[in-house]
Amino acid sequence: MPDLEQEASETLHHGGKGRFFMRFTREQRALHAVLFTTFLGLAATGLPMRFSQSFWARRFASAVGGFGAIIFFHKLFAVALTLAFLVHLKAILQRGVVNREKGIFWGVTSMVANWKDVKDLVGHLRWMVGLGPKPQFERYAYWEKFDYWAVFWGMIVIGFSGYAMWFAPFFARFLPGWALNAVLVIHSEEGLLAILFIFSIHFVNTHLRPDSFPMDMVVFTGVESEEEFKHKRSQEYERLAREGKLEARVAEAPALWFTNFSKVVGFIAIFIGLTLLVLTLSAYFI
Amino acid sequence: MKTVSSITLVLVAAALLFHAGPAAAQKSAECLACHADASMQDAAGHSISVDESKFHSSIHGSLECANCHTSIKSYPHPDKVTPVKCDTCHADEAAGLAGSVHSASADHPCTSCHGDAHAIFPKTDARSAVYPLNVPHTCGNCHSNEGMAQKHGLASVYPSYIDSIHGFALSKEGLLVAANCQSCHGSHKILSKRNPQSATYKTNVPQTCGTCHAGITTNYANGVHGKAVAAGKLDAPVCSDCHTAHAILQPTESAFRTQSTPICGSCHKEKFSTYRDTFHSQLGALGGYVETARCWDCHGAHDVLPASDPRSPIAPANLVKTCGRCHVGANESFVQYQPHANAHNRKLNPALYFIRLFMNLLLGSVLTFFMIHTILWLIRSRYDQVKRKSAEGEKNA
Repeated sequence: MPDLEQEASETLHHGGKGRFFMRFTREQRALHAVLFTTFLGLAATGLPMRFSQSFWARRFASAVGGFGAIIFFHKLFAVALTLAFLVHLKAILQRGVVNREKGIFWGVTSMVANWKDVKDLVGHLRWMVGLGPKPQFERYAYWEKFDYWAVFWGMIVIGFSGYAMWFAPFFARFLPGWALNAVLVIHSEEGLLAILFIFSIHFVNTHLRPDSFPMDMVVFTGVESEEEFKHKRSQEYERLAREGKLEARVAEAPALWFTNFSKVVGFIAIFIGLTLLVLTLSAYFI
Repeated sequence: MKTVSSITLVLVAAALLFHAGPAAAQKSAECLACHADASMQDAAGHSISVDESKFHSSIHGSLECANCHTSIKSYPHPDKVTPVKCDTCHADEAAGLAGSVHSASADHPCTSCHGDAHAIFPKTDARSAVYPLNVPHTCGNCHSNEGMAQKHGLASVYPSYIDSIHGFALSKEGLLVAANCQSCHGSHKILSKRNPQSATYKTNVPQTCGTCHAGITTNYANGVHGKAVAAGKLDAPVCSDCHTAHAILQPTESAFRTQSTPICGSCHKEKFSTYRDTFHSQLGALGGYVETARCWDCHGAHDVLPASDPRSPIAPANLVKTCGRCHVGANESFVQYQPHANAHNRKLNPALYFIRLFMNLLLGSVLTFFMIHTILWLIRSRYDQVKRKSAEGEKNA
């Protein structure tokens, strides 16, 4: 990826920790930061509406100033996330269509699923139950691609149904009447799926599993250690070594203050997420 | 006042005629020779003094003591005297009281409500205990938390009333026409609400409220609820079922708006349940946004009519206007929205039913698959980690 090569630092930082390799660009990390901030905001303001009869919904609503405040912040976060989505879409199209960059829509570095992902999924499941070796992953593993597309599809579905409710009389010009009933069902169910998925499965798969515990910092710092790179994405590491592109990916070790700051932000995000998860589940069982 | 004076004169004349014996009744002045003493008490310690000036300004001021205290003919009089009988003159009121909930008159002598027997004023006089602005306080002596209400197992209505729109108008604005206790319950002949003769018996409530709220009562009578009650269907609501009897709130206030939907929902359970699934309910439940549509914003409040009635706000032809009151730009397609759609009813709402089903299945399958995937992964990763670390000779993490 050209932009990764450009950003790779020439002044290598050879500390006692070994080398570090670039995985995410600053833009990608910023996108993730905007995404999880707005997502937490949308979840925190959306859940009280979805479970408006629960004890915590009313308490939370009255604490922040009632429904008016909740819907205001919900819409504010929604607009911010929409903008981030459009910025991302523009970047993808710019790279893939305008710049004709290879590996965006197809290939080993693409987010698009391929046959290897199917084999990896099956192989990974077989490995989990002790029926085979652990698959070796490329740049993006199948569950990472699923996370990406789940969010991508989720933003389109939740966004569209949300705007249909926000501007209902306008959307009613070209949508049938029952669609106005359907958008609330779609919006709330899809939102619930996103919340349950991110706050349980994404948190564990990406951050809390033993290989990354307690948090995978790469999405904050953009870099990871050579050991981590080799262990988690051996195929990508080997491919880059084979093609002689490994050196171009070497990056500076993250500053200590930035790692610590990221940890604080990350733990707050995980704490809020898990709290919302517990509240959501409590609305079903209490 | 002229009428009152002439009535008084007639009464005095009648009293003198019937009770003034040949031995000539005691003159009030003679009684007051002793009873004007403010510290005078009987054997039981009750005050038996009379404030002369107050008495003379009262409605009974022109009467002689002996007109009421008929057992006293001469001085010295016996220690025990027979109680005064108000019904000698006030026969109609006494008859009403005898048939009322207050008929156990030992507990409820006239003075319970009318106050000091020697300082009774007409009800138009602000000094009277039954002057409109004083009535709630007078009744509240018993019908409040600390009073006899508890003793008789009655609801403590005074606190509810005094904070109600009627109570506010009366106590804060001094509005004489504001409903006080007796406006609805009557005064002497107060009957239990279970008595069909009572002004507060269910079917009589609209008429009772209509004494003041005439226009709304007419609207109510034209609506489905009014017609049902008139037809003897006592499940249908009258004024007090929605507005409550004593704690009546200003309907446009947020407090009433937020409590109103469950009131309708207590009968219309299915409609309430489907309403709760909608955004109208969700945002309404969270408070701070009282404009959100409640039952009567769409259905009307008093003249509720079925959608089949062209006068109904929810008649198909009127929906654009009704929804448009909140939703600026509402059009024919917009009003096809179903505010009581049931996503679990395949026959009524097929599109919604299948969309909900699809979303539920999507949610269930994605979460189930990844839950299993994640749990297996966790177990396997941890197993490998422990094995690797023990192989490296580290302590188990």
